[in-house]
Amino acid sequence: MSTEEKQHTNSQQHADGQWVDPGLPPHRPRRADVDPKAAKRAERQVAALFGLSILGTIATLTVYFVQDQTEEVASIRLVNILLGISLCFAMLGIGLGAIHWARTLMRDHEMVEERHALRTSDENREIAVQYLKDGAEDSGLTTSRRTLLKGSLITAVALAPLAILVPQIGNMGGDWNVSKLRHTMWAKGTKLARDPDGTPIKAADVTIGSVFHVIPEGLNDLEHGKLEEKAKAVVLLIRMDPRDLNIQPGREDWSFDGIVAYSKICTHVGCPVALYEQQTHHLLCPCHQSTFDVANGAKVIFGPAKRPLPQLPIAVDDEGYIIAQSDFHEPVGPSYWDRLKGTSPSPSASQEADA
Amino acid sequence: MNALARRRYSKSAPVFLVLILLALLTAIGFAANGSPAEASTASADDIAEGQKLFAANCASCHGLDAQGTEGVAPSLIGVGAAAVDFQVGTGRMPAQQSGPQVQEKKPQFDDEQISQLAAYVASLGEGPAIPTDEMVDPTLGDPAVGMELFRTNCAMCHGSIGGGGALTQGKFAPNLWSTSNRHIYEAMLVGPQSMPVFNDANITPENKRNIIAYLDFQQQGSPGGLKLGSIGPVAEGFWGWLVALGLIIASTIYVGARAS
Amino acid sequence: MGAKVNAAAAGTANWVDDRTSIGGFVKFFSRKLFPDHWSFMLGEIALYSFLVLVLTGIFLTAFFVPSMDQVTYEGTFETMHGVVMSKAFESTLVTSFQVPGGMLIRQMHHWSALLFTAAIVTHMARVFFTGAFRKPREINWLIGFTLMIMSLAAGFTGYSLPDDVLSGNGLRIIDGVTKSIPIVGTYISYWLFGGEFPGEALIPRMFTAHILLVPGIILALIGVHLFLVFLHKHTQYPGGGRKNTNVVGLPLFPVYTAKAGGFFFVVFGIVALVAGLFTINPVWNYGPYDPSPVSAGTQPDWYILFIDGALRMMPGWIAGHPTEWVIAGYTLSWNILIPAVILPGIFFTFLALYPWIEAWATGDRGERHVLDRPRNVPVRTGIGVALISFYVILVIEGSNDIIANLFHLSLNDITKVTRIGIFALPIISFLITRRICFGLQRKDRELVLHGHETGRIVRHEHGEYIEVHEPLSDQEVWLRVSYDDLAPLEIADEFNARGVRRKGYGWDRFKQRLSRFYYEQRIQPVSPAEYAEAQHHAHH
Repeated sequence: MSTEEKQHTNSQQHADGQWVDPGLPPHRPRRADVDPKAAKRAERQVAALFGLSILGTIATLTVYFVQDQTEEVASIRLVNILLGISLCFAMLGIGLGAIHWARTLMRDHEMVEERHALRTSDENREIAVQYLKDGAEDSGLTTSRRTLLKGSLITAVALAPLAILVPQIGNMGGDWNVSKLRHTMWAKGTKLARDPDGTPIKAADVTIGSVFHVIPEGLNDLEHGKLEEKAKAVVLLIRMDPRDLNIQPGREDWSFDGIVAYSKICTHVGCPVALYEQQTHHLLCPCHQSTFDVANGAKVIFGPAKRPLPQLPIAVDDEGYIIAQSDFHEPVGPSYWDRLKGTSPSPSASQEADA
Repeated sequence: MNALARRRYSKSAPVFLVLILLALLTAIGFAANGSPAEASTASADDIAEGQKLFAANCASCHGLDAQGTEGVAPSLIGVGAAAVDFQVGTGRMPAQQSGPQVQEKKPQFDDEQISQLAAYVASLGEGPAIPTDEMVDPTLGDPAVGMELFRTNCAMCHGSIGGGGALTQGKFAPNLWSTSNRHIYEAMLVGPQSMPVFNDANITPENKRNIIAYLDFQQQGSPGGLKLGSIGPVAEGFWGWLVALGLIIASTIYVGARAS
Repeated sequence: MGAKVNAAAAGTANWVDDRTSIGGFVKFFSRKLFPDHWSFMLGEIALYSFLVLVLTGIFLTAFFVPSMDQVTYEGTFETMHGVVMSKAFESTLVTSFQVPGGMLIRQMHHWSALLFTAAIVTHMARVFFTGAFRKPREINWLIGFTLMIMSLAAGFTGYSLPDDVLSGNGLRIIDGVTKSIPIVGTYISYWLFGGEFPGEALIPRMFTAHILLVPGIILALIGVHLFLVFLHKHTQYPGGGRKNTNVVGLPLFPVYTAKAGGFFFVVFGIVALVAGLFTINPVWNYGPYDPSPVSAGTQPDWYILFIDGALRMMPGWIAGHPTEWVIAGYTLSWNILIPAVILPGIFFTFLALYPWIEAWATGDRGERHVLDRPRNVPVRTGIGVALISFYVILVIEGSNDIIANLFHLSLNDITKVTRIGIFALPIISFLITRRICFGLQRKDRELVLHGHETGRIVRHEHGEYIEVHEPLSDQEVWLRVSYDDLAPLEIADEFNARGVRRKGYGWDRFKQRLSRFYYEQRIQPVSPAEYAEAQHHAHH
């Protein structure tokens, strides 16, 4: 700041024991305001920036017409970079040009405008209120004998939207059959098959430390509803050393030789739980880090889930294929209000193990 | 080989037999653009050398007969040459300390020593063999099939393109971009440390090659430009704030600043 | 030539004005003054990135097919060739791989969405910290808040459209959260998805929401938002000549037409550059949605990340007690409701109602058009920093597996730390921030009273060494003394003359307590008397 601007006019500051506003700071002219050569130079700079934009547009169009993009990674990437950079110049040129023009050549001497109170004047407010009162009187509603009119109006207007909303909302819910959440495709004798190709799995294939991603046999043949069924039916088939497996009471015949099957749908909010740590037997869900201990009934040992993963009771058929003994004994996936109400798919003595 | 088997033959017979077999297979190997030694063609010298290396470097944790030590190191009987080639070849073994996460580091042994160790461990019990070059050649695999398998079996730990990911308690599944194709195959087959076992009945050898082809494809980079670590939306958000918003706020300061 | 153009322009203008009285409009708008400060442009960044979204979005709608019907990809991209996928996913691949420029436009669209939401949050923070939400701008604050919520809806529906594994798992999570709502949760889930998850209705529905309903609401609200800015005139920072009753700045036409208009092109250009260089949302690496796969690093876009972090942070069991209760056979999932419904509800409600909360503490002082320097409102600034730190901890927890992998930490440990931090950090950051504000205010007082230190040492004749201080200029003093020194509210007596407790006393008492929290501890500006005394001393 130059010295003339630092006015220490003490007298100004102490009027009436209140501070006094010093007013707008003096305007400092820019180089382009006083020096015509600087102004000319600024003009040339602005024009150059606009020119850069034109070059950018030409470059963009050239790349667009000349390119011969194939679906190879390098080809797509090259066209992307070239178009991006030329489009950038095309746009940035105009932007920086306009801004440079405003900063160097356009008026920068500040102006002052008075504000007016936003509220309408008292006078106008009174008139407005009077108009409303006049209108109310004109409507014939101001006498008390019109309560029937008012009541019926309000009732009719309040109910009318239902005529639209109820069908609109009602039609959006499909068949509204929420009881489908209780059942999956698994049934007695359904073979466990590899995800995604659907070939059935033999018990002998499952060596210690293996993890198989499993779907029910027949899922891939479904014409409709395949993903909906898959979203409930996916299972993890794990084999650990039988000495490490603590079989839960009442589930002695749900597994064999250290081979267990659990639902892959997290009991927190439904992501696939798939990160199996072979040595610790912990199963981690990548979405919110719920961790399940497969050696101990897949109960929760960390994270936001509360319930253990539902276990699929499995056995071996006479050909050596692994089969389900029944559907899960509880609804799979996230919790919902009436999850424990209503008939469960296969009522059995063993309920979910939780506190 | 156990003592009972050894007594059935004269002492030198196995040596000659193995040498003949080695010669035969080497000839076949040259003709078919062959591979480094498979476990079954390892010479008795290799096995003996391997045993010496094992006793000096591995037995302290794994036991002199590779039977394992409870709570410290597993038994290696039946793990096969593939496991040794992977663990020692990526430098994970010898491990500095025992635990479920063993980090990759600079290998302590050269290729010859690794194959000797592998031969020795393979001789202890039948186990998965080291794959041939053909088995891990990405040009013979289908990346599309490989991707479908990768995202079902591997992506949850290793990330959608093998960039790596966190497991519990500080463990992690490593980045695969600089892992050799052979080591990738072996890891799938063997299930090292926290990784599950994907035996050939689970993911067939062809499919393992398809997965390798998928990972190899990813070496071409991204068609959209720089990858930002392929970390996903978190990195995108971070760079969006830092670079995109940062550049734009810098330009607002330029717009609002007085011209000289 | 110039004269002819002028005549033509005048003729057209008259023609239009005869039919619309547009002259008044031109008079009102064209020379409107706007104060010049870069921080006033943050809202513009949001506006222009929204325009970029609309323009690139129109391009994308020419190629995107909002259908979940399954097809096989016919293109030659190696990892996608022959793969079965929905038409939504296929059309996204076609746009990215086969349409020249399609990849660029798609990436511009997504980067612009990240920018849009980031700019809104930054703009909101500026408005908060400078107190621009005070009367008469409370309505505009609410509109802006609603715009912020709408931007989340736009982003979420947008990135879910390609129907890939990453966004599909995000939808699965939303389904899980929805189902946890008591009594009606499963029905709301069926309503959203048209039946069981994933259904076939979701992508077409989200498409309609994303290109029609949400942008429509956003455009309408932007219109009202900008109209109010014009009506109220823009606020201004304190300084010489700037009063509550005026606005000092430069006119809309031509200065801001050029600056703001030009700025649109700058935003567009930077987005194009970023989209040309950096990959974003590579759906071909995630694969078409299937309920089975999931990848490490499953997170939503940054602006939804705070909810994901809340979901991760909430434990399912606390000291042996479950956070999901079964009451008379009905399941109540606090472990989902608290982080995903209740917590964001409280946070956003507080944010939306903040102008009224502060007004309760301050009382009605009339229209405020001069902004606060954040240091002069320590409690508000502290609250703002506390809110930001709360949000940031949630975002950090949402990225916990990324952080664990990058920095070789345990994600379990990160979660444990953030569980403590979510309570401790906002309180600590509030206290520290408030203290820093007091410090800055004291420094301002020091500066006013004693001037700038010049570093020049002078020795007086009688041997005393002093440092020469340069007194502040008028403008500098005014900036530091002209802030409102608000004292806590005074309220009428509890009991009237006859000893009866008056009605409304309880509410007044609450407001007084709040007011004390805000204004009891304060640093007062230097008064002219103090200043005079300091000058007097300085001349010895």
